[in-house]
Amino acid sequence: MLISSKAIIKQVAYILAHVPDLVRYGSKPAREIAAGRTKLAELEQHLRSFDDTVAYPPNQIFIGNISPDDYADLPEPWYENLLRGKSRYGPFGEIMPQDELYGIMKMWDKFNLIDLSPSFTALLNGRLATHPLITTEDRERLGEGTPQEKIEVKVEKEASLPLYHNGQLVGCVNRAHEQDETLTAHVMLENLLTKVTGILVTRHLIRNSSIEPDKIDYLLSCSEEAVGDRYNRGGGNMAKAIGEEAYCVNASGCDIKSFCAGTVLAIIHSAALISAGLFNEIIVVGGGSFSKIGMKFQGHMKHNMPILEDVLGGIAILLSRDDGTSPVVNLACTGKHDISAGATAQAIYEVLILDPLQKMGMKITDVDKYAVEMHNPEVTLPMGSGNVPLTNYKTIAAMAAMRGEIDREELPEFIQSRGMPGFSPTQGHIASAVPYLGHALKLINDGKINNALFAAKGSLFLGRMTNLADGVSFLLEKNSGRD
Amino acid sequence: MLNGVKIIAYGERDGIQGPSIVACVEAAGADVIYQATECFV
Amino acid sequence: MVKKLVEEHGAENLMMIIGTPDIEGAELVAETVTEGDPSYAGPLAGVSLGLPVYHILEPAIRAEIPEDLYKEHLAMMAMVIDPQELETALAKYRKKKSLKKS
Repeated sequence: MLISSKAIIKQVAYILAHVPDLVRYGSKPAREIAAGRTKLAELEQHLRSFDDTVAYPPNQIFIGNISPDDYADLPEPWYENLLRGKSRYGPFGEIMPQDELYGIMKMWDKFNLIDLSPSFTALLNGRLATHPLITTEDRERLGEGTPQEKIEVKVEKEASLPLYHNGQLVGCVNRAHEQDETLTAHVMLENLLTKVTGILVTRHLIRNSSIEPDKIDYLLSCSEEAVGDRYNRGGGNMAKAIGEEAYCVNASGCDIKSFCAGTVLAIIHSAALISAGLFNEIIVVGGGSFSKIGMKFQGHMKHNMPILEDVLGGIAILLSRDDGTSPVVNLACTGKHDISAGATAQAIYEVLILDPLQKMGMKITDVDKYAVEMHNPEVTLPMGSGNVPLTNYKTIAAMAAMRGEIDREELPEFIQSRGMPGFSPTQGHIASAVPYLGHALKLINDGKINNALFAAKGSLFLGRMTNLADGVSFLLEKNSGRD
Repeated sequence: MLNGVKIIAYGERDGIQGPSIVACVEAAGADVIYQATECFV
Repeated sequence: MVKKLVEEHGAENLMMIIGTPDIEGAELVAETVTEGDPSYAGPLAGVSLGLPVYHILEPAIRAEIPEDLYKEHLAMMAMVIDPQELETALAKYRKKKSLKKS
């Protein structure tokens, strides 16, 4: 392969946004409430406070205040063994409370989709004045607020979706068209949440990288929403909508989608565009998946736990031309799942793990860390959805054993040393391998590990167009210096 | 046990997917009337 | 969808074969299909179908699968999930089902 420049990952950013009063609108909770199988009042008793959300260990790992290695010292269940005294801000980003999130929805909306009451607006103006990434100009866009009576009329007569904070009506989301099913208030909420979490995390990334935003050439969004009107459902380009509010004035962009595999695909595409010399600085960004909020709430309620799927995620990654020091995306060591590859675990892991490593003459045991689907098991297990990362690690270990690289007795040791417990919110493209990128960059830069393999899978069959799955992987490795 | 039996094949993304179950049980003489693969995350 | 198939073909002529990567998931499906557990989140939620549920890796099923296909499709997952434990776990639900019928 002819590569003109190595592509490096310079910096990452991760954010979470706490949305307890939006859990009721998540796809699953909304259906259960509408069918009368769940009472809203009961659901509300299982919602967490913002302080508990900040103190939740997996969330602290996500924003980088602690590392996945610290799990060894953290007693389970994590939701009962909270880390008090930790900040909502971390080296990778932040955990934003719901009121501030409503504020950025208002500020970064261009179509009067959001109305907030005057008293709530005044409160937000004060709260957001201390936020490091919100400017005075941003806050001016909050306006004076919409009279409460007008919000009530919109909710009652104009199909607007009420926005609650601590149970109080503080605003509404409006539909963008009276008949278009792709522009209803609910769809607008979903898309706007993806957009604003994407903007917030991109602003964090730019700050973390100390790069001038006008130096960014291109943005690739890998978010899981479908932006468009009835003639263009899923038409897309969330990337430019995000870049516009993140001062990336010299950037263009587009979206890359493949269910949960989208993020890793976007990283490989970006690295290739940089290596080919087309662009110098590319941001991969993923905003939150609102529809997955509360997806497994019944399992949490059944086990008398707080509803843990109460946060939206956001990720952003800056890829650049070689700087001689930052970890490299090794484009000679990538895996892809071909249409003829088959859907068996063997087939998928062969293309994701073995194929790329064999191209480099490497063994499975030559990789220091594997990043797989990093879903937090405390979210999935109560609903019987299994411990996703552990299953993935067991499968990789089994493959190493089948190939004679390790003994069967060494499986637990392999999983322990090359894997880690999940710590990501169950947000599809967000959870898919990339939450570990920030920690891996740090470990490689500190000389603690040499490489990490990132493998993502996409459930294409959910869209009922094919029985195929998707999968993609790449090796991140220590920079050997400028060529 | 499988020969001539009508089967609903219900696979999972991280385990054995629908098409794999179909290939295996059809070879054992079963008749698959429906197959799907679930993803719980 | 599954409910419709059962209505069309009759539960006595049908078998469900699953491929979950863990025992808990297998039990959840079996419980749902046998008893209609309302806590389940999939297309089977709240529907008691009275179907026998087997996992593809259970010894009784595995015995009938040609060796080459087993190797290609199942061998690796058989290292991840214990077939004997699967059988013990799912047999409970099949027993419940037959008790219900009688």
